[in-house]
Amino acid sequence: MAVVQGRPTFVEPPSGKRSRRASKGTLSERRPGFTVYGILIAFILGSAFPFYWSFVVASHDDSEITGDPPLIPGGNFFVNAGRVLDTIPFWKALGNSIIVSGTVTLSVVILSTLAGFAFAKLRFKGRNTLMVFVVATLAVPTQLGIIPLYMTMAELGWAGNLGAVIVPNLVTAFGVFWMRQYIADAVPDELIEAARMDGCSMIRTFWHVCLPAVRPAAAMLGIFTFMMSWNDFLWPLIALDAENPTMQVALEKLQSGYYVDNSLVLAGTTMATVPILIVFLVLGRQIVAGIMQGAVKG
Amino acid sequence: MTTELTVASGRGAEPRPPRRADNDDIPPARLSWRHRLTNFDVKVSPYLYIAPFFIVFGVVGLFPLLYTAYISLFDWELGADEQPFVGLENYTYLLGDSQFWNAMVNTISIFVLSSVPQVIVAVLLAALLNTALRGRTAWRMGVLLPYVASLVALTIIFANLFGPQYGMINSILEAVGIDRIDWQAERWWSHIAIATMVNWRWTGYNALIVLAAMQAIPRDIYEAAWVDGASKARQFFSITLPLLRPTMIFVVVTSTIGGLQIFTEPKLFAPAGSNTGGAQNQYQTVVLYMYQSGFQDQDLGYASAIAWVLFIVIIAIAGINFLITRRLASTGEG
Repeated sequence: MAVVQGRPTFVEPPSGKRSRRASKGTLSERRPGFTVYGILIAFILGSAFPFYWSFVVASHDDSEITGDPPLIPGGNFFVNAGRVLDTIPFWKALGNSIIVSGTVTLSVVILSTLAGFAFAKLRFKGRNTLMVFVVATLAVPTQLGIIPLYMTMAELGWAGNLGAVIVPNLVTAFGVFWMRQYIADAVPDELIEAARMDGCSMIRTFWHVCLPAVRPAAAMLGIFTFMMSWNDFLWPLIALDAENPTMQVALEKLQSGYYVDNSLVLAGTTMATVPILIVFLVLGRQIVAGIMQGAVKG
Repeated sequence: MTTELTVASGRGAEPRPPRRADNDDIPPARLSWRHRLTNFDVKVSPYLYIAPFFIVFGVVGLFPLLYTAYISLFDWELGADEQPFVGLENYTYLLGDSQFWNAMVNTISIFVLSSVPQVIVAVLLAALLNTALRGRTAWRMGVLLPYVASLVALTIIFANLFGPQYGMINSILEAVGIDRIDWQAERWWSHIAIATMVNWRWTGYNALIVLAAMQAIPRDIYEAAWVDGASKARQFFSITLPLLRPTMIFVVVTSTIGGLQIFTEPKLFAPAGSNTGGAQNQYQTVVLYMYQSGFQDQDLGYASAIAWVLFIVIIAIAGINFLITRRLASTGEG
């Protein structure tokens, strides 16, 4: 894990370009043969198969699934989708998930950038100690504190309320750490100094100097936060109920009956997965770059 | 975990009077007011900016963890009139509770079955992705596909694939002449099924992390080895693998913290929304047992004791990992 240096020079903001350029055209590299492509294609087909299978089952009548399972999609998908809408509050769950993940994402990005700015560029007593504390909390399994958290929410009357799943995630240690590392490199100290000389207040310096420079990192943090929040399951399962669920909780309710109707359940998972796959097609490049940058930077 | 925090020389943050202070038009009284305001701004703003993290962590992270320790000393039943103090009774009961030990063994078994093959496959996959592929980004997105899909949806799909009666995987086994496997009833097969879900979801993600580390290895090392006549395989084992060690430890530490808290997969692998992890708890994990104790049996005191024991186990294992990392780094091997 690379050590991030805070020299007060105009460091080029980190981007995927550098490493790509470095790995191209050296003498040890040759175009890979068919074997490499073959293995990768097999791996990706394996990765995609469960999605395909989910659609196959979702597009058949449940009675057709018994015996030998079908391998090609049938024509029953919209019937099953209609049954999903009758069984669980699908649109409400979708809306709730968008509200929860959207609010959490917005809040995490703003509050993490603000804290990252302070840790990277401002001088104050206890800065380094506090930053070490933030990093240490990354290793704390806060999920294990859900029992008092539930009691607190019940006491406040928030159980069943979307606030109960939003508030605990308003800002994360990962977000603060990620933004601090980026801002230390991407925002030149001279620029901040100049803004201060011109009489900018702290918050205006943040808004006009720091924010425009950190957009790429903030966007990536936003994508990852949205995905994590969208997938959160244990705490929403405890904090919310079947009438006012997020998507993940609603899907669980779809599956928990004495008789499992496979076509119905997998129609639900297909409907919940398609929007995410579309988002992935649009933002996949950024997600890949984000994971690879996060690894190199720490 | 090994990241060093170096001090940024934030010269811009030093308090200084605004430039307009030199201006004669401004009366002295207003000047000092502005001056004081600026000083206040410089001193207090940093703390205001970092406060939200510490408030949120304190209220929903640190306080609940400490309060969990407190609750674990009581016979705390949900909805009961009084919660008698029982001291360490929950813990002594826990140490003799075969269901707890069973859950601990299941958790570790599933964790090992998912992390070991995963790291190996991720490194090999990263080596393939590190060649001069045409359309790099498309391949990278391809291996990352499982990571983006929702965990609940995927677990439900896999529970279906591993279905004992009409599951796809059993049909394939039968077609090639192998006996059907009851993926849910048999303890070790159920662990393999759950580990498969974990592996399927995270291998591509970890491959990208390893790939990034591979690309950070300086090219001239390979060129020197190439000049010396080292084969591709020799280069992989003598250069790539040793230099990847810090990244691999990072991957293992993060997957330890996550893997020991596994919940969604065993919870949804059972068909009827049960919390027992199979009829004989054959795939119940520790967090699932905690959930069952707390929110099904409503015994919050006991569930809190489970949470704390798991907490200590996770911190201990993460700490051991950290020490190993430091050791490797200081001997210059990592």
